Amino acid sequence: MPPMPALIQIEKLRKSYGVVEVLHDIDLEVQSGEVVVVVGPSGSGKSTLIRCINLLEEYQGGTIRVDGNKVQRGADLSKVRAEVGMVFQSFNLFPHLTALDNVALGPLRVRGAHREEAERLALELLEKVGLAAHSHKYPAQLSGGQQQRVAIARALAMQPKVLLFDEPTSALDPEMVGEVLEVMQNLAKTGVTMVIVTHEMGFAKRVANRVVFMEAGRVVEQGAPELFFNAPKEARTQAFLKAVLQH
Amino acid sequence: MSLIDTFFNWSVFLGALPSLLEGLWITILLGTVSIVAGMVAGLLTALARLYGPTPLQTVARIYIDVLRSIPLLVLLVLVYYALPFVGIRMSSFVSAAVAITMVSCAYTAEIFRAGIEAVPKGQFEAADAIGLSFIRSMRYVVLPQAFRIVTPPLTSNCINVLKDTALASVVAMPDLLKQATQAQALAANPTPLIGAAFLYLLILLPLVRLVSYFESNHRKNTH
Repeated sequence: MPPMPALIQIEKLRKSYGVVEVLHDIDLEVQSGEVVVVVGPSGSGKSTLIRCINLLEEYQGGTIRVDGNKVQRGADLSKVRAEVGMVFQSFNLFPHLTALDNVALGPLRVRGAHREEAERLALELLEKVGLAAHSHKYPAQLSGGQQQRVAIARALAMQPKVLLFDEPTSALDPEMVGEVLEVMQNLAKTGVTMVIVTHEMGFAKRVANRVVFMEAGRVVEQGAPELFFNAPKEARTQAFLKAVLQH
Repeated sequence: MSLIDTFFNWSVFLGALPSLLEGLWITILLGTVSIVAGMVAGLLTALARLYGPTPLQTVARIYIDVLRSIPLLVLLVLVYYALPFVGIRMSSFVSAAVAITMVSCAYTAEIFRAGIEAVPKGQFEAADAIGLSFIRSMRYVVLPQAFRIVTPPLTSNCINVLKDTALASVVAMPDLLKQATQAQALAANPTPLIGAAFLYLLILLPLVRLVSYFESNHRKNTH
């Protein structure tokens, strides 16, 4: 049997803001079922990279494919985006909708599900993130950690092929980071493909199948977490790990 | 003649009341038609101005700028007295409705544009990320939030439109003001004018209160 093509294929990706190039010839593949954690200093382009995967950021060169479909402007973009779930740093829940309606909106208005079916799925997912009892509440009535868990349920509701996490715990109060990471860890166990940008090194160590280190718009090094954290090859990776693991 | 007899003459008022109420009805009808049409057209103009192809954006911007600059009375006179020269003849009601709607559309478009622009970028991104099409992300995510933001200025605009309907008396529309001036001429007494002023206050004061209520409510919710 020939090897399965990677779920996400990024080739020679270049992205610039005006004349400043922020991503230089990035090559990256993510296999189905893999949990990839992207780490690196602020401004290294990690968030920009994953925002290119569902074209929240336009890119200027190279190609990105998700499940074989090229990610580009056009009629099929919504279809590709529906296959790629995204969890944002600032949650971005819809403030005028209850938790349940936030989760049900995608199935209802993108997948064309019936209301009862969409709400049943939404409730099931809220249960999964431990928030079934809060389904009728509006985002403003929920804590940051709860909002982010609703946002994860909202992304899951589309039954995406891959979930992208853009610094999902960076905007949270410290005591709420744990509950969100726990939900993500449970998801990883169920075989969901995930690409996670985070500063949580402990989480990366525990959950990642592969860690990707980015600096100044390039992928410097990548590898299995035990190798990456214990025996980094590149000097820049060593310097970064030394700085972040010191405290 | 005493002051009361001149300005608050009860029998004159009673005599004028049926025609005043007729005028009030026409004022409300003209106001409602112009408000609804102006709001629908304004929303479409705002969307064209924000998201249309470049030429459409330019047309929308020019339209908004021109219609906000031209005095409504001038536009009204143009529509009613000038358009017949090119064969476009409209009744005074239609002329007034068209002119008021055109202006209201421009103001409403600017209100909606500000409201849509006030919706955080993250909301658009979250809608995009779950795969909602442009129209659906507007319908289910952006516009419901924008509507809440613009409710006070939109209500304010409704008040202006209702007040502006009084200008229609210039093109012989038998609205509240026109009925009052006619009744005044007939009775040789200004009481009908006072009556009309009261009727205007009767419908507009509650609306003004409503705007204040919305505004204080909005402040409470955003602080």
